[in-house]
Amino acid sequence: MRAFRWLILAAVLAAAAGWWITRARPLPADALASLAGEAARGETVFLAAGCASCHAAPKATEGAEGAEDKPILSGGQQFASDFGTFVAPNISPDPVHGIGGWTVAQFATALKRGVSPEGRHYYPAFPYTAYVRMRDQDIADLWAFWQTLPASDAPSQPHEVGFPFSIRRAVGVWKLLYLRDDWVMGGDADPQLERGRYLVEALAHCGECHTPRGPLGGLDTARWLAGAPNPSGKGTIPSLTPDRLTWDAGEIAYYLETGFTPDYDSAGGHMAAVVGNFGKLTSADRAAVAAYVKALPRPAE
Amino acid sequence: MKKQVFAIAAAAAVIATAAVAQDYSANLKARQGQFRIMALNVGILGGMAQGKIAYDAEAAQRAADTLVAVSHIDPGPLWPEGSDNMSIDGTRAMPSIWDDHDDFLTKWGGFGTAAAGMQQVAATGQEALGPAMGKLGGACKACHDTHRAPE
Repeated sequence: MRAFRWLILAAVLAAAAGWWITRARPLPADALASLAGEAARGETVFLAAGCASCHAAPKATEGAEGAEDKPILSGGQQFASDFGTFVAPNISPDPVHGIGGWTVAQFATALKRGVSPEGRHYYPAFPYTAYVRMRDQDIADLWAFWQTLPASDAPSQPHEVGFPFSIRRAVGVWKLLYLRDDWVMGGDADPQLERGRYLVEALAHCGECHTPRGPLGGLDTARWLAGAPNPSGKGTIPSLTPDRLTWDAGEIAYYLETGFTPDYDSAGGHMAAVVGNFGKLTSADRAAVAAYVKALPRPAE
Repeated sequence: MKKQVFAIAAAAAVIATAAVAQDYSANLKARQGQFRIMALNVGILGGMAQGKIAYDAEAAQRAADTLVAVSHIDPGPLWPEGSDNMSIDGTRAMPSIWDDHDDFLTKWGGFGTAAAGMQQVAATGQEALGPAMGKLGGACKACHDTHRAPE
């Protein structure tokens, strides 16, 4: 009888510990308060991070004529996965249906911790596993740029995620396993390589599609950017590692600018949106990404 | 007896499906060949734009003229309904081409506009090629973004 009581106590303690370690971890309310954001610089962050590629309304194609207009981030694009279908929410500056009522600290908490202002875990379809590496100044600049975007009052649609993945608390466990803020490509980097690493690993979140995932959906960093099945349909996302990608740095940069491969095929699928964004960045940034890609190691067998 | 009827019905269904499945190999060859012609000629212009091959006004003009000529090919016979990547192998053409056909045709028209823009400037000098290449790339991407599946 006594042993049984101890057992119950142990179970309660384990549950409490589990509850504690899977809790949402927001940044302090005064995070980034000392930083002044600059909208012009924020637009570069916005393009490199590809916010509009997922959060613009489904029909709003980038790179088409008239795409010079500022994007309306009303959400609605669907992302099928092994865990269910995620629907990008409205993140326009609308105070009710978008995120216009947020503080910059809440914005940074969403990006770096994957936590909503209400303290819920976001699903990692939102690539905070990459944005966790963002610099605070970039977030402040991005938030300043956000204020210049048009608002939309379109309500966000719920995700179509079944049990057990519908338990948000479980994402807390997932974060313990996979949310890391160190660089995948460690070691010293010259300024160009460092910029490329920041663009690839933090902002552009290339690994989300180009790196294969384990059974729980975490990125297999031993095979970083080594190619993966298309997360949302048929086909595969190509490898960028030197055993497979034979393009030189100039060809990679030109691809990011125009969408043309060395044999003048052209980018398709989600990559077309990426190229649409990267074509608007500086040639130095495109060259930095190319330098990073050329510095990738061969993947583990 | 019931089982037999069922078996016959099932066999009939299989035969009917086989009869319906059509051979689109000629259409696939034609449209994929069309894209090869485009890539070859865009490649000449892109090589000159990047300075990888020497600029030659006449050759640039011929390449641009070819692109415009390709843009006049009627897409109808190349893209019969049912020749999408969910129905047959050997293509990356997505069902959205037929589900949203107006969008597909608009984007094919976008290639024509970009090709015509290139045709106007191709012979005017090497530095004119870069911006016109950007427009061509944008037209290719706009369609591939929605209507072509990854490899």
